[in-house]
Amino acid sequence: MSPPLFQRILQYLARHLDRGLIIGLIMLMATGLIVLTSASNGNYMRVLSQLLNMTVAFAVMWGFANIPPHYLMRLALPLFMIACGLLLGVAVAGDVVNGARRWLHLGVTRIQPSELMKIALPLMLAWYFNRHEASLNTRNYITAALILLFPVLLIARQPDLGTALLIMASGCYVIFLAGLSWRIIAGLAISGVASLPFLWSKMHNYQQQRILTLLDPSEDPLGSGYHTIQSTIAVGSGGILGKGWMNGTQTHLDFIPERTTDFIFAVFAEEFGLFVNLILITLFLFLIARALVITSEATTLFNRLIAGAITMTFFTYVFVNMGMVSGILPVVGVPLPLISYGGTSLVSICLGFGILMSIHSHKRLPNY
Amino acid sequence: MPKQFINAGVEIRDAEQELQRFRYRLGILSIFILSLFCLLIIRFIYLQIFQKEHYTTLAESNRISVLPIAPHRGVIVDRNGIMLAHNYSAYTLEITPNKVEDLESTINALAAIVEITPRDRRRFKKLLGESKRFESLPIRNRLTDDEIARFAANRYRLPGVEAKARLFRQYPQGDMFSHVIGHIGRINTREIEQLSDDGRLANYRGSDYIGKAGLEQSYEQYLHGTTGVEEVEVDSGGRAVRTLSRSAPISGNNLTLHLDARLQEVAYNAFGDRRGALVAIDPATGGVLAFVSKPGFDPNLFVDNIDPQSWTELNTSINKPLLNRALAGTYPPGSTFKPFMALAGLFYGKRTPQQAISDPGYFMFGGHRFRDDKEGGHGAVNLFQSLVVSCDTYYYMLANDLGIDAIANFMTLFGFGSKTGIDLKGEASGILPSSEWKQRRFKQKWFPGETISVGIGQGYNSYTPLQLAVATATLANNGIAFKPHIVNHVENIQTKAKTVIEPSPTRDLQLKPEHLEAVKQAMIAVNKEGTGSRAFIDAPYSSAGKTGTAQVIAIKQDSKYIESQVAERHRDHALFIAYAPTEKPKIALAVIVENAGFGARAAAPIARLVLDYYLLGKLPKQPATDE
Repeated sequence: MSPPLFQRILQYLARHLDRGLIIGLIMLMATGLIVLTSASNGNYMRVLSQLLNMTVAFAVMWGFANIPPHYLMRLALPLFMIACGLLLGVAVAGDVVNGARRWLHLGVTRIQPSELMKIALPLMLAWYFNRHEASLNTRNYITAALILLFPVLLIARQPDLGTALLIMASGCYVIFLAGLSWRIIAGLAISGVASLPFLWSKMHNYQQQRILTLLDPSEDPLGSGYHTIQSTIAVGSGGILGKGWMNGTQTHLDFIPERTTDFIFAVFAEEFGLFVNLILITLFLFLIARALVITSEATTLFNRLIAGAITMTFFTYVFVNMGMVSGILPVVGVPLPLISYGGTSLVSICLGFGILMSIHSHKRLPNY
Repeated sequence: MPKQFINAGVEIRDAEQELQRFRYRLGILSIFILSLFCLLIIRFIYLQIFQKEHYTTLAESNRISVLPIAPHRGVIVDRNGIMLAHNYSAYTLEITPNKVEDLESTINALAAIVEITPRDRRRFKKLLGESKRFESLPIRNRLTDDEIARFAANRYRLPGVEAKARLFRQYPQGDMFSHVIGHIGRINTREIEQLSDDGRLANYRGSDYIGKAGLEQSYEQYLHGTTGVEEVEVDSGGRAVRTLSRSAPISGNNLTLHLDARLQEVAYNAFGDRRGALVAIDPATGGVLAFVSKPGFDPNLFVDNIDPQSWTELNTSINKPLLNRALAGTYPPGSTFKPFMALAGLFYGKRTPQQAISDPGYFMFGGHRFRDDKEGGHGAVNLFQSLVVSCDTYYYMLANDLGIDAIANFMTLFGFGSKTGIDLKGEASGILPSSEWKQRRFKQKWFPGETISVGIGQGYNSYTPLQLAVATATLANNGIAFKPHIVNHVENIQTKAKTVIEPSPTRDLQLKPEHLEAVKQAMIAVNKEGTGSRAFIDAPYSSAGKTGTAQVIAIKQDSKYIESQVAERHRDHALFIAYAPTEKPKIALAVIVENAGFGARAAAPIARLVLDYYLLGKLPKQPATDE
């Protein structure tokens, strides 16, 4: 007895999707909606609009899951070129918002080219390493480092240190996974530490302030320390069992800044407490573990590197966001993946997972 | 080519090796991920278990704000319930300086909407200098409904300006009671320190005002009330979201005075344009019936801090309206001192009522001639006559016979030279001269010659009108002295419990009835046939009195005091003491009229008006100015 038509259509549509990833994503997004309902103080328009974002994100994910990875490989170089061009454009003629030149006016709309670079750079590096797979040598790594540093420095100059570091991290993951020798890694680590004082001196005041604030938030309780102090209070006062959904005082009395976006985890931790916190981390771990399995089973170097970069970047966002909210990392504008309100972040995360699914489902098919 | 073959072989093995190496690196990253997640978990455990209490406290204090609710200040009424100090609710416009960009232009914009007088501006400027930038300061008080409506319509243009409903203190009787009731004013830094030292500061959170003078100051603790507390949940902007708990403020106690407002009015108006003071006391209780210091000032000016111009006017006025003459003004008592001197003579056995002296019109002491008013003298004068005609020579001699220290000891009994302990602050002690006092004051020995003029209330003698009134009341009350007090009872408006200020005799002077009788009879005769008789002509009650005239500047012994030749401010002060009715005294008083000349002419008529009103309910037709 063959399955009914409808079911067969569904099976056909879902043939490139990955069950483990889908389950993890849906559970995390559902959690996000619950927290958002509380964080937006019962503003259901915001919840509905996030639901719409999720639909779009799923569609994008489905689309990318159906694109075989080698098509992406062809996109890598042009995409990177475009992103670099736009970054240069920002440096020359960008709009200044809050003292930083991050936005570029393109007639009808404004874009933040650094967002595009988040995808373009790992693709570019993976493509580059894949191309030289047969004869990787030190010179290739140096070239890769230059490919990495060019956009990173442009973004750091905007200045947007947080994004620059995150993009640099994603590039570093690719280079690391591509097999950079341990000796060089050790050398880089040592010289990196040694150059910290120099980097410090090149930082903007507010960037230095953010790092100083991290060391002692009470130094500047109404300025840059305010975010950290209030979100740490929210997390700490949540205790083991939390204050209950919709009952977080820090949340509902407007003490948590950006509580639907970057600081939504403070709302979560305040209202649900340590136990549910651990469950959330487990969910993230589950998703990351599944993504790592897919990465390890990927067939080509390009696929492996892209899958690894996506997985590690996802992890980095989760860690940096939670670290920032709980006061162990400086405040950088990073949303909590799948939980924070906002379409851009959601779509780009799901796009990444779509690529992962594609890599997984296309591994047995002849690629090229 | 072998190379190609080798390469191909290497490539296959490399692919396997590459994958192993990749998985090895992926494993390292997995450990990296796990360890960083562990770090987060440790952080969460630390925050949410070990630091939970700490952060819960922080969260609570974040959200809970304790707001004080100022209590209503108690009202002050006279013995008949006439309102002397009360509160009314009105709108005020207030500016918070640190919320305003340009203060001057904001005030100008405000002035286009509601009337803002130059005085309002000056007062605001002064207030600004004394306050913190985030305090909300009044620019205009008592707005009309119309003005409030106009402001409300323009409010959006004036950030930092707010209309607030406030309770205002008002003194409906104005300057008549300025020196008794006093006034409140905005709490200043010195008072904050004082409150803090007394441990009362917490009760003043939420209070802007404190008693600054008069009863408002001395009964501050009764009038202020207990500040209530409201616990509210606030958002990060400090706005109250909801009330968590509330303990209502307890209104201050009301004061009911012994003072008779209408009597006070009669007395105040009786002075006309003259300066002076009058204190009237119920001899049987020590309750103060009238307490006048003229000129007064409008205490309402001080409530929200006086503007600098009005302050300068009051402060530099030659009439010294800010001086509480009854309480802190000291004057030589002149001849009003004589009844007490007479009692001293009897008390120490230096005189008997019948014993007469021969008055040649002067008393010689150490080659110095102490003159009497009447040229040629009064002839034979006994105690009775000495008071009726106010013979100076009799008292020169008596003083000389008693000696300064006996006089001082006796007068101390009547309260001369020491604070009466009235329920007002800022009382002067005056000067009761004695050899010990002179030693202390001038490091000099007392000369017997200095005693002579003390006998007629001149010399170093200097007392407050209040002391004179208390002494008169003590005399009227047969030597039983009461501590004067203005407040009759304090009423707790919650429990309606009244705390009566009990009349407590401070001391019984143990005077002999026959001595008292001799002096009293003479004082009755003063008003019947003596120096006070003109003022008390046809009085339907019996009264006792004594006139007095106190020198402001010393007159050379050889020259005669001619009033018209002396500058107004150097003319003699007119004094009068009295009590009535004589059978059972209900009121005793002391009057001083500055630079008004003879006591009989300027001060006694005022006393007559006051007694007439108090005993007969008769309202005077015009001030008791001398003709």
